[in-house]
Amino acid sequence: MNNNDAPLAENPSSHSESSDNPETDSPLNRRTFLLTASSTLAVTAAHMLTPTSAATASSPSDPARTPGMEASAYGTRATFEHAQRLTTSTRSLTPLQQLSGIITPSALHFERHHNGVPLIDPQKHRLLVHGLVHQPMIFTVEELKRFPAESRLAFIECSGNSGKEWNGPKGRTVQETHGLTSTSEWTGVSLATILHEAGIRSEAKWMLAEGSDAAALTRSIPLDAGLEQALLCYAQNGEPLRPEQGYPLRLLLPGWEGNTCVKWLRRLKLMTSPAMTREETSKYTDLMPDGTARQFTFDMEAKSVITFPSGGQQLEKPGFVEIRGLAWTGRGRITHVDVSTDGGQSWQAAALQQPVLPMCHTRFRLAWEWNGQATILQSRCHDETGYVQPTLADLIAIRGTHSYYHNNAIQSWKITEDGKVHNVHI
Amino acid sequence: MFTSNKWTLTPIWVMTVMFICVSALVSAAAESEHTPTYNIGRPASQAEIHAWNIDIAPNGEGLPSGQGTVIEGATVYTNICASCHGLTGIEGPMPILIGGRDTLTTNQPLKTVGSYWPYATTLYDYIYRAMPLNAPQSLSPQQVYAVVAWILFRNGIIEESTILNAQTLPAVHMPNQKGFVRDTRPDVSRMVP
Repeated sequence: MNNNDAPLAENPSSHSESSDNPETDSPLNRRTFLLTASSTLAVTAAHMLTPTSAATASSPSDPARTPGMEASAYGTRATFEHAQRLTTSTRSLTPLQQLSGIITPSALHFERHHNGVPLIDPQKHRLLVHGLVHQPMIFTVEELKRFPAESRLAFIECSGNSGKEWNGPKGRTVQETHGLTSTSEWTGVSLATILHEAGIRSEAKWMLAEGSDAAALTRSIPLDAGLEQALLCYAQNGEPLRPEQGYPLRLLLPGWEGNTCVKWLRRLKLMTSPAMTREETSKYTDLMPDGTARQFTFDMEAKSVITFPSGGQQLEKPGFVEIRGLAWTGRGRITHVDVSTDGGQSWQAAALQQPVLPMCHTRFRLAWEWNGQATILQSRCHDETGYVQPTLADLIAIRGTHSYYHNNAIQSWKITEDGKVHNVHI
Repeated sequence: MFTSNKWTLTPIWVMTVMFICVSALVSAAAESEHTPTYNIGRPASQAEIHAWNIDIAPNGEGLPSGQGTVIEGATVYTNICASCHGLTGIEGPMPILIGGRDTLTTNQPLKTVGSYWPYATTLYDYIYRAMPLNAPQSLSPQQVYAVVAWILFRNGIIEESTILNAQTLPAVHMPNQKGFVRDTRPDVSRMVP
């Protein structure tokens, strides 16, 4: 949010070459560099907030007086932009604090995989449909693209999003606490179209979906729900899926936990009952205080989070602040979002950016004057079923703290008097 | 009221009714036939289905022939699994496989094959499809049956003498089989908007 801090391009007549090359070898600059470098944190923070010196050095003082670059075959973002996913070997988190609107750029869509991103030649990829069908079928990707197509915007959220927050504030930034959700426009053919092509036998009640990654990740889906809403997707935001998102084919169950949207999809098998795979028994199940575990917890319940001001950010000074955030629900549309600037004592309705789409990120905004005092910001969303986003205490009272998945609690950001924003639980 | 002679079952009447019934049956059968709309794609061969059809159902459907013992499983585990799951299955760094019984209601629940997994067949399914991480779908049925036997034995679920195969594995009763319930959400009370 310091984008406006960069000085305007200088008028060349007023002087000087230093704006093109600020890192001259003067003793002063060397001392400044050494002082800055003495703190790794300071270097990192500076890198996040301002253009890199290398980019600054190569940009003309007045771009209106220098011919620009030629057309390029495949675009890249501005060299001054550095938003990136936060990665481990098995997942990466979307930098929600650096995004605008509701679409997640494909390159920043979160990742979760269970044994790496496979390298798949779409010419060799096949989808097998078998089990309780009249005619087992095989489709190539090109064949799937010939069927009537559908596009829709939808969020995908990992059920483990915010999973580390059950036992106290762990993530520093909204990327760390909420970065396992993203929204794309997805295009493909409806599951119903493909299954009807093979012919569904009346005994079929469940569908096993299997990926061709090195985990052969497998989930059982109730057939009725799949026929109603599932899409076999080959495109994301207008171009073929990214490899991390299942290239060349993935399942999409809008509003359901991300792991049901099986990526690198190669097999659909119709069955009478669930396969009880490892993912749907030992992993994506929610342990309750009485020792039982909820199974097939598909819906992602209504959730919202303020992305500005959010953890790790800094308000420069008291004054106008537009509070911005995202809300979403796996059960339809968001109807309204309340924002509190006093730790939940009072709430104001935020404006929702239109259009508000079902099973899709919804952008909310609220104008606010920060008076420079310490306070706590929260957002609370409602969906069209009447469900209201709960507090963490409400959730813990019923589920305890060991269920890990499906934490959709209200997030609190504390602003201290110095303008710094911190993740807190109240 | 109807008069009786109007409804006498003459042979021609019976034949007509039978004809209608048979026609209805034939027509119902035709309706259930496969009638593709777009005629895109091609039928899958049995060989193609067999090559990919690796899932194992809780009733054992899909299990291959072959068998494995606990003793054989100890060797498989030591050679292939121990480097990630630890020498005895509890050291990690990858998930702990053994122990944790009666911990699910405590402050430190330990979810292992023995304490949490509801079906022994899932163990076969998962080990074959995804383990070891550097060579998934490389183990033979004998190796998988054997290492499943070793893990179940180490969890106190089967006897050391048990031989696992397509008949005995689905019959193994897992301690937490009844520990799973369906989704009861929304579970947090709604507020008046």
